[in-house]
Amino acid sequence: MAVVKLHRPKLNFGEKIYFGALIKGFFLTMTHAVKTLRGKSVGAKELASSGLGITMQFPEQRWDEHLPEYYRGAPALVTDEQGRERCVSCQLCEFICPPKAIKITPSEIPSNDRWAKVEKRPLEFDIDMIRCIYCGMCEEVCPEQAIYLRKDYLITGLKRTDMVHDKKKLYEIGGTRVGLVNKWNELK
Amino acid sequence: MSDTPSATAEMKLPKDLATEKGMVNVQIDGVWHQFPKGTRMIEACRQAKVIVPHYCYHPKLTSPGNCRMCLVQMGMPPRPAPGQEPTRDENGYEPIGWIPRPVIACANTIGENMGIRTTGDLVEKCREGVMEFLLINHPLDCPICDQAGECRLQEQSVQHGRGVSRFIDMKVKKPKNVDIGPRIRLDDERCIMCSRCIRFMDEVASDPVLGFTQRGTHTTLTVHPGRLLDSNYSLNTADICPVGALTSNDFRFQMRVWFLKETPTIDVNCGTGTNITVWTRGNKIHRITPRQNDEVNSAWMPDSHRLNFHYIDSEARLTEPLSRNVGISPTVHAPATWSASFTEAATRIQFFKPEEIAIIASARMTNEEIFLTRALAAEIGTSQLSLVPRFADADALLIAADRNPNTTGAKLILDTEDPYAKLGSIRDGVRSGQIKALLVFGEDLITDADFTADDLAKLDFFLHSSVLANPSSHAADIVLPTAAFAEKRGSMVNLCGRLQRLNQAAQLPGQARDDWEMLRDLLLAISGGKNEAHHVEDIFKALAETVPSFNGLTLSKIGHQGTQIADTGYQIPLLANERARKAAGLING
Repeated sequence: MAVVKLHRPKLNFGEKIYFGALIKGFFLTMTHAVKTLRGKSVGAKELASSGLGITMQFPEQRWDEHLPEYYRGAPALVTDEQGRERCVSCQLCEFICPPKAIKITPSEIPSNDRWAKVEKRPLEFDIDMIRCIYCGMCEEVCPEQAIYLRKDYLITGLKRTDMVHDKKKLYEIGGTRVGLVNKWNELK
Repeated sequence: MSDTPSATAEMKLPKDLATEKGMVNVQIDGVWHQFPKGTRMIEACRQAKVIVPHYCYHPKLTSPGNCRMCLVQMGMPPRPAPGQEPTRDENGYEPIGWIPRPVIACANTIGENMGIRTTGDLVEKCREGVMEFLLINHPLDCPICDQAGECRLQEQSVQHGRGVSRFIDMKVKKPKNVDIGPRIRLDDERCIMCSRCIRFMDEVASDPVLGFTQRGTHTTLTVHPGRLLDSNYSLNTADICPVGALTSNDFRFQMRVWFLKETPTIDVNCGTGTNITVWTRGNKIHRITPRQNDEVNSAWMPDSHRLNFHYIDSEARLTEPLSRNVGISPTVHAPATWSASFTEAATRIQFFKPEEIAIIASARMTNEEIFLTRALAAEIGTSQLSLVPRFADADALLIAADRNPNTTGAKLILDTEDPYAKLGSIRDGVRSGQIKALLVFGEDLITDADFTADDLAKLDFFLHSSVLANPSSHAADIVLPTAAFAEKRGSMVNLCGRLQRLNQAAQLPGQARDDWEMLRDLLLAISGGKNEAHHVEDIFKALAETVPSFNGLTLSKIGHQGTQIADTGYQIPLLANERARKAAGLING
């Protein structure tokens, strides 16, 4: 392998004392400070500035309306328009999940249930939000369109157990999704 | 070229060479092979390592040829005109005239100079067509179907299917979630009418309760009116079902198969020693399926044995050593450490004369454990060593009358014709007070050996090792938790004299220990010696050096199919049936 010898650049006197660069930087900062005080920061409007500079004052102000359509927040389970839980606990999301955040306990739907025809549903469905990396693979792999990444990003808790979303919490975040799967209705 | 013998040998045609050996020449995908006469085309392909997709064919069952998935192209040499000599290529094979229509490989036998093509336009078109027909009425159940992940229909639709359906009409509706037996659930919509289950129940289980009704796309698998699929071999139908039409109630919705780890081991519920696969996820056993071994269980196993694993993680499972002497009161067991338990046992055993001590071990133990028990008896100096017999009715297939899995091994290691002989005298000794200390390994004396709680209360010292808490362990001074069959490595000898190996599928719960470690440490605590056995292999090595039948073997040499080490003359009835059917040409496997 060829050896390339590098030489330090030769600096002249002005560069060596770097005083000029300091002055230059100071003026640049001051220009921005004045612009900010006059309410003319670059990009302040697009970034929904709270008035001073381009900073948004979180948590009083939120990004929420600015989240793009493809934003990937907390994964959640959804019910269909008839109130049926869409998840049939096929465990594909549990299998695909790269950080192994999902844990499902499958169960049989009792024969007296309205949706006995579906036969299978999750007894427990836990997503460990400490582990979740919001990759969206669960949504992509789901054959029943039951799991979606919603726009919730404020997942906080005081204990590790608080950070595990159980089935109830997941349906609470997920809500209802309409359309698409009519696999389990009378027409099937 | 001279007329040397080798030159004449070269002149011999391949067909004559094959006939001498009772074989025929078959060309499979351009390569010539030799197979025994009467082999089915599909079996020939399998032996030549060429995959022919199929559903209905099973090597252990007859071939009705009803799934049509194994269609291949066949060719034979054209019949020569009268007086014409057949042409031959430089190797002596006649040219193959390919038949323009496909044939099923499962129900046709091979012939001399036959050609089989398993690839090519014709064959692939046929497979795609068959797949499309099979999928017309197949429901989109995969997300809830237990077979998903090990489903032939899934696998072959990936390989030969078209991905989308062209069928726009309504699918045929059939009964779903049908309760046809205590252990089997039927879903008729998923059925592809391969009839494997029907043939199994008829030919192997000899209980022909299944059959088809209706015709065409409405063909429905049903159980005979007034009957149930309640044979003790019914779960084998779920194993051989290529789709999810028949599924196990016990395994229903427990776990998807792609999470499960397979461990090859053997069954311990009777002397047959059925080869099994234990399917685990983490430490939980989810199901057990038979593993093929043509010398033991063919490809089948009884339901009663298959489902007998739930006790392993039951409430009664012992997870730490218990002693009466560490807690607040001697009537209550309290958790103790292993080392304290061994010290206590060794100290208390010293106070008895050797003839006051008896050992009752179990023929459910592995060879290594029985060998250590023998060493323990020798160390203590007692001749009072017996196992507990366990006999029940045999069935005419796989279940043996001897429900202990390792009676033969015990006979070989203890060098006695009847390892159960002394049980009666030990029982009498305990009742008369001659025997004051009892060491019991892996047996529940009250339930299985006609002891009573009063008998055991007479003992001055009673050490009990067990997987589960049971009436006997309640009476014990020291209770040691040990390993269940799926949690240990070791070997057993079945009734035919075949040495087979157990492998560890799950880890031990809590502080429970492998039986051989427990016996080794107890032995060392009594003898005060230095430990030289660090693996169960070391015990087997010592066993192989001491007991003649095991000479030259190691635990890894046994292999997953076992090794014959003794000839006991015992015949497994199911294998006799199978050999008869094979001799009659009904089956190939």
